[in-house]
Formats: sequence, C-alpha cells, structure tokens
Amino acid sequence: MPAVQETVEKVRAIDVDQYKYGFSTDLEVDKAPVGLNEDIVRLISAKKNEPEWMLEWRLDAYRRWLTMREPTWARVSYPPIDFNGIHYYAAPKLNAAPKSLDEVDPAILETYKKLGIPLREQEILAGVQTSKVAVDAVFDSVSVVTTFKEELKKAGVIFCSISEAIREYPDLVRKYLGSVVPVTDNFYATLNTAVFTDGSFVYVPKGVRCPMELSTYFRINEKNTGQFERTLIIAEEGAYVSYLEGCTAPQRDENQLHAAVVELVALDDAEIKYSTVQNWYPGDAEGKGGVYNFVTKRGDCRGRNSKISWTQVETGSAITWKYPSCILRGEGSRGEFYSIAVSNGMQQVDSGTKMIHLGKNTTSRIISKGISAGRSQNTYRGQVSAHRKATGARNFTNCDSLLIGSACGAHTVPYMESKNASAVFEHEATTSKISEDQMFYCQQRGLSAEEATALIVNGFVKDVLQQLPMEFAVEAQKLISISLEGSVG
Amino acid sequence: MADVTPMRTGAETALVDMFPAVKASLPGTAKVADARKAALERFQAVGLPHRRIEAWHYTDLRGLLREAAPIAPAPDASAIASVQSAGDPLGDIDGIRLTLVDGHLVPTLSALDRLPEGLEVTPLATALAKGHPLVDAHMGSIARAADDPLPALNAAFVSDGVVLRVVEGTALDEPIIVRNVLTGDTPAATFTRILLVVEEGASVTLVENHEAFGGVAHQGNSVVEILVGDRSQVEHVRVNARGGNGFDLSTLGVRLGEAATFRSVALAVSPAVTRHQIGVVFAGEGASLSVGGGALLNGSQHADTTLLVDHAVPHGVSRELFKHVLDGEATGVFQGKIVVRPDAQKTDGRMMSQAVLLDDGAAMNNKPELEIFADDVQCAHGATCGALDEDLLFYLRARGLPLPEAEALMLQAFVGEAMELIAHEGVRTVLEGVVESWLRARM
Repeated sequence: MPAVQETVEKVRAIDVDQYKYGFSTDLEVDKAPVGLNEDIVRLISAKKNEPEWMLEWRLDAYRRWLTMREPTWARVSYPPIDFNGIHYYAAPKLNAAPKSLDEVDPAILETYKKLGIPLREQEILAGVQTSKVAVDAVFDSVSVVTTFKEELKKAGVIFCSISEAIREYPDLVRKYLGSVVPVTDNFYATLNTAVFTDGSFVYVPKGVRCPMELSTYFRINEKNTGQFERTLIIAEEGAYVSYLEGCTAPQRDENQLHAAVVELVALDDAEIKYSTVQNWYPGDAEGKGGVYNFVTKRGDCRGRNSKISWTQVETGSAITWKYPSCILRGEGSRGEFYSIAVSNGMQQVDSGTKMIHLGKNTTSRIISKGISAGRSQNTYRGQVSAHRKATGARNFTNCDSLLIGSACGAHTVPYMESKNASAVFEHEATTSKISEDQMFYCQQRGLSAEEATALIVNGFVKDVLQQLPMEFAVEAQKLISISLEGSVG
Repeated sequence: MADVTPMRTGAETALVDMFPAVKASLPGTAKVADARKAALERFQAVGLPHRRIEAWHYTDLRGLLREAAPIAPAPDASAIASVQSAGDPLGDIDGIRLTLVDGHLVPTLSALDRLPEGLEVTPLATALAKGHPLVDAHMGSIARAADDPLPALNAAFVSDGVVLRVVEGTALDEPIIVRNVLTGDTPAATFTRILLVVEEGASVTLVENHEAFGGVAHQGNSVVEILVGDRSQVEHVRVNARGGNGFDLSTLGVRLGEAATFRSVALAVSPAVTRHQIGVVFAGEGASLSVGGGALLNGSQHADTTLLVDHAVPHGVSRELFKHVLDGEATGVFQGKIVVRPDAQKTDGRMMSQAVLLDDGAAMNNKPELEIFADDVQCAHGATCGALDEDLLFYLRARGLPLPEAEALMLQAFVGEAMELIAHEGVRTVLEGVVESWLRARM
C-alpha cells in the first residue's frame, strides 16, 4: 500500500506536460555530419577504431539497407522519417578515458543524479552487500564509465561496451554478433548493423553464475541524434546472468529515433534473464514529440535445457515497435515473455513476442498485460510456432488488456502455427475495462477514484511485476501509475 | 521488405482472358454488365490473393490455384437426371428445395411454384436480366467486390443463384434448402450467389448443401448475402461433404438489424481447398450472433475459415466456436477478428478456436484477433491446438474401447460441440451424421 500511496501522490503532483525526466545536459559533443552514406559508416567505424572485418560488415548492411523498405504492418502511424536528417554519431568529448567516477564530467553525474541512477549502488544500499548492481552507463552513444569491472573480472565475466569488446575480444564478437539477428533481419536491424555506435557486451563463461545483476541505463541526450545500441549477451554452458535495462530521455519537441538490436545466446543449461523498464519521453498531451522506439530483441536458446526470459515494462516512447523473441532450438529449452505495456496520451504501442519452437520438449510462456488510456493505441502482436521436429512443445499464452477511457484502443493479434501433433498450444485473451464493482468496492472503503484505479491496475499487472528484480519492481510500479496520470476520473 | 511485383500467373491470365469470351452469355442488363466489368477490373488490379496479403497469409490461393477451370456449361437433361438419381443427403428433411446444377437454377428440381406464403423466390439470372429491386438495392453491398478478390470474381462471372425475400412477420417452419451440385467429369468453375432479405420480425432457416460428383476437381465460388431485418431470426447452415476434391471458395456477408438474431454453422469435409470467409456487421443495436463450424480433413486437404465480426453499434453479443480435426498432412486455418468500433459500448464478444492434430504431418494456424476502440466491453478469445488427451484415451481404453474407437468417440464429442449450435434438429442430425461417417471411415 505505501508504494501505491506514493504513486497517487506523485500523480497528483505532476502535470500532463511535465515529464519528470524532461531536462537536458549541455555537453560538448563530437558529432558526425547530418545524413547517412558510406562515408558516415566509415567514420563511425573509424571513430571506434574498429577492425577491417567490422567495417565490411557495416558497409554490407548499409548497402542491403538501401534496398529495403520500412515495415508498415504494425498498427502505428507516424510522419515519414527522414533518415538523412539524423546525426548518426555523437560522443561526449572526454579528455581521456576516465579511471574512476571522480574523473567523469560533473555535468553527466548531475544528469544521472536527476535520473536517480544508482551508479553508487553500494553506498546507497548500505549494508545490502548482496544486491550490488554493476552499471555500464551509456550516455548518448559512448560508454562513459564502467564500474564493478574488477569484481566481475574475478568471476571471469566480461561486461564492457560492445566497441571495447570488438577491440579486445574480436573472436567472441565475430562468432556471435549477427548470429541471432542476421544482417538483413528487418529494416531497422539492418540500419542498426550499419550505424550502431555502442552498447553492451556480456560474456559469462562456463558454469559461472554472474555475481551481480548487470544494469545499463540508456539515455538519449543530444538533440537530433538517433541512438543505435547493439547489445550482445552470451551465456556459456551452465552460466546464469540477469541483465537489467532502464531508459529515460530528456524532453524534446522533435521525434527521436531509437533502433536498437539485442542478441542473446544461451548454450547448454544456461539461463539469461533480461529485464527492461522503458520510460522514454512519450510526447506531450497532443502527441507532439516523443521517442520512436523500433527495437529488435531476440534470444537464441541454442543449448539443451537453456532458458531465456524477457521481462519488460513499457511506459514511455511515442511509438513502441518491439518484439523480444526466443528461438527455442535446444532440446528442453524454455522461453518466457512477461510484459506490461502502458499507453496514455497519444502513445502507440505495437509489441509482443515470438516463440519459435524448433527443438523437442521446448516450452514457452507468454504473459502480456496491456493498459491503454487517453487516446492511445495498444497492440499485442505475437507468434507461437511449433516446427515439425518440435515434439512435445508446449506454450501457454495469456494476454489481457485493460481500457481506461472511451477514446483509446486495445488490440490483440496472435498467430499460432503448429506443425506437430504433440505440440500443445493454449492461448487466452481478454479485454475489458476496470470493473465497476471493483471500483465501487474500493471507493466504498474510502479510496478515491484515483487510488482505487492505481490499486486495481497494480493488481492487474502483478503477475508480471513479480518477475522483475526487486530493484526494478518498485520503480516499475511507480512508473505505471505515473504513466496513467491524468486518465482517471 | 523489398518490393515484390508478382508476375501474373497462368490462372490469373486465364480468368481475365475468359471474361470477354463469356460476358455475352452472362445474364444481366447493361447496368449489370458494367458492374461485371468493374468487378473484373478490380480483380485484374489485385490478382489472386497470396501470402503477402494479410487476410490470406495462410492460404496462398495464387500458389494453390494452378489452373483456372472454364465456366461450367449449363446442365443438359442427363446432368439433371444424374442429380435427381443421386439422392439428396438432406432428402429426409421437409424443406423448400431449390437446386442449382452446374451453376444454374433448375426449375424442375426447385419448388418455385409451391412456395409458402410470405416467401418470394426469384432466380438470380432472371432478376439480373429483368432488374429486381432487391438486387439493385443490396447485391454486392454486403459482400463487396472491393474488399476481396473472391466476391470480385463472383460479381464478374456470376451465372445464377436465387434471390429470396421473407416478408415481414413471416415465420417459415420449413428450412429453405439450396442444393448446389457440380456434375461434369472435367473440372469446371461455377459462380453462384444467394441474396436473402429477411424483413422485420420474420424467421427462416437457410441450408446450403454443396456437392460435386465423381471426385472431379471443380472450382466453386459462391457468395451468400443475408440482410437480417430488425427483430428477425435467421439460421444458416453450410455443408460440403460429398465428392469433389476441388476448390470450394465461399463468401458469406451478413448485416444484422436491431435486436436481430443470426446463427451460422459451416462444416467442410470433402474439398481439397476450402476457404469460407464470413463478414458480419452489427448495424442495429442489441443484435446477437452465433457463428461456428468445423472441418474434418486428411490427406493434403486445406481448410480456411476467416471471420470478421464488426460491432459497429452498442449492445451487440457475439459467440464464435470453431473446431478443426486434422489428420494426414492436412492444414487447418482459422482467422477470426472481432472489431469493436468507438461507440459500440456494452459489446460482449467471445471467440474460441480449437484444433486436434492427429498426425505429425498435419498443421494448424490460428489467428484470433481483437480490435477494440470502446472501453465498456467484454471481449475474449481463446485458441488451443494439440493432440488428443492421453489420459482420456487411456481411460476409454481401460474400459475396453479399442484405440480407434476411443479416438472416434472423443473426436465426435469435440466436433459435436460446434454442431450443437444448429437449432434445426433435422439439419443438425444430418451434419452429425457427416461427422460420424468421416470418423468411421478413419477407423
């Protein structure tokens, strides 16, 4: 109850157009010229001191991208994007690579402070030694500072920026990069391949349980810069890693493009847990501004009995186009997708997952909770398929939608394709508004309409919230209520 | 995502080329001829539907329909005699019979001159040739040529059918049974159409029985448009269970008036390729809809049911239940979409699609969709797919039933649930018999 109370107070305090994280930091920025051509791709590659094979890979992607068209199948509408009107590279200027937090530009630290990023998690969580969180903070496109590196190194875990990994661990990167999301996977993934500037790289060796939650905070800061991160996580045999991703962006009037690619590889008996809290600027009440979030996330359960679990809380962005998926290749592997997608104002969400059952006795579970309010449109789009050899495959899907207000929309578009008689698929979906009985019951006990709504909504999404790591669960609960602000009563 | 400009296939070219040759022989006034031409142009622009068209994602008609069969010639005396002697699967039911042979209404096999009071029947060819107020007002307005290539082709080539009018307040006791038979021994195409206008407070049952003789791969394209008047009740049953390993392409368009009730059940067993597309629009408040169906398939059969329920006004209730039993290398497709428009508050929609796969070669594609723009609604859908429950089979076998019988019993109950939606007892019994004989043949 205290968290709910806090939520309600926050909701009350905030005005529709007052985006909590809507501020920007003035930093000197090293920018590429506006536009995209082969020279820009070469420039990005040169800036990152990349090997020749990486440049070739990027150029190949760029050339393929030129022949591709933007996908139009999603239920989202937006004015055409001028891909030549974007800066494809922006890096904060640094005197030298910082050795510790003290050397980091105070302006950046100040921004983090406003965002509430627990960069010094140890100090904040004094006495709670076990819940250390390592932060590979991405500020615009370049990884600025990485903490906890030493401790991770001791365990043999590699956690660094992808550009560092390309230089330091080229064999690993070359082996896995693009192996889950191929170069020509889709329009935005191909664009990302050509121009990605940075992102995170995680490698957990055989039999290692990563000693802490890994966390990255993405933040789009510089005006008119698209952010194209690339994340690659590899869990070797028997390894375990939990990765947390949280995002906020400053308030801008111009739309910002974000096209990330995340690739996960789980080998025999490995487990990867990937959690996201996304609250980028959703645009104002009239739908002006806001981030375009076109993301390709995919996990490959390559090994026997491997497991990949996606958990996401999507509250921000003007447009979300995101389908974290699992390829269940290894025998007995398991994929999970837990999602809360909240849309308010003029937001458009088209999100869901794909569970591709290729191996024997593979299982998957999808729990999706969509909440639409204001004049937003919220779509769940998912695919579950069992191939000929997926004997004993099992899927359970549950997608529920909650409508708040009569001007919003909630849509469900599941595809279920079974080519194996022993595969068992179950799917259920419901759409309704908050029941009047529940509201009446809560209000009768003295809660205001806003409090009652917050309580009911939090109950509605509980199944997913409890999948989040503790640090995120509290933040997520607050976020959901803040996102729904102005929609009640 | 690259540009795809498909080449016109042989079948597409044949269909387009066929039109100038046959248009003079197709019935209709100058206005109808113009509508035919416009419909063909519409088809010409889009071609046969393929996987890239979302509504046809799982049924690649462009790939499946390799050759377009020529239009079936009008039946001669021997063709009519063969229909008469073949026996009517629904023969035991008292009904108002209308028979279409090779795409043409046969008066001698139709009850045109002994119709009950309150029912008007006009052969479609006559209505097109002489003009008919109902045809002018409604034909092509519910199953629109602009929406899909199947009704477009039908509008261009339609040869005959019936126009039915049930006068205000009439309750017809006996069902109208339209028997649609293809007799030729070489593959032929037919384009037939039924327009049923049920006026306020009337009630009627319409049964369509599609047959093809001699296992010839005919290509049937039928369109049924039903206007369900305010406070009227309509039941519709469609079955395709005899002969024929060809194409059965059908479009059912329904418009529901205020407080109207409409039920429809379709069962497909015999065609090689079945596509049954249903579009229901709630045009009046407080209407209720129940749609169901099933397909029992084996070999390399393919059956697709595509459903669009459009709740355009408040207080509508819709229920959908579909069952697929798939053996061998058969493929089942169910695409169902419930749309709730912005003002359609208090809508209650429930949709269920279930499939049993009996062989590893079989496949099922389920796509139940919800598209909701109003908040005070209750909508749900469910979909399941899997093999028969091992525990239940074990239970039955433990009680002495051999495996094939145990399977048949479970499947009968499984499909039976959808057949139970049929209110007319005699018709229901016939469809249950179809299910039973399919299951017996499997044993």
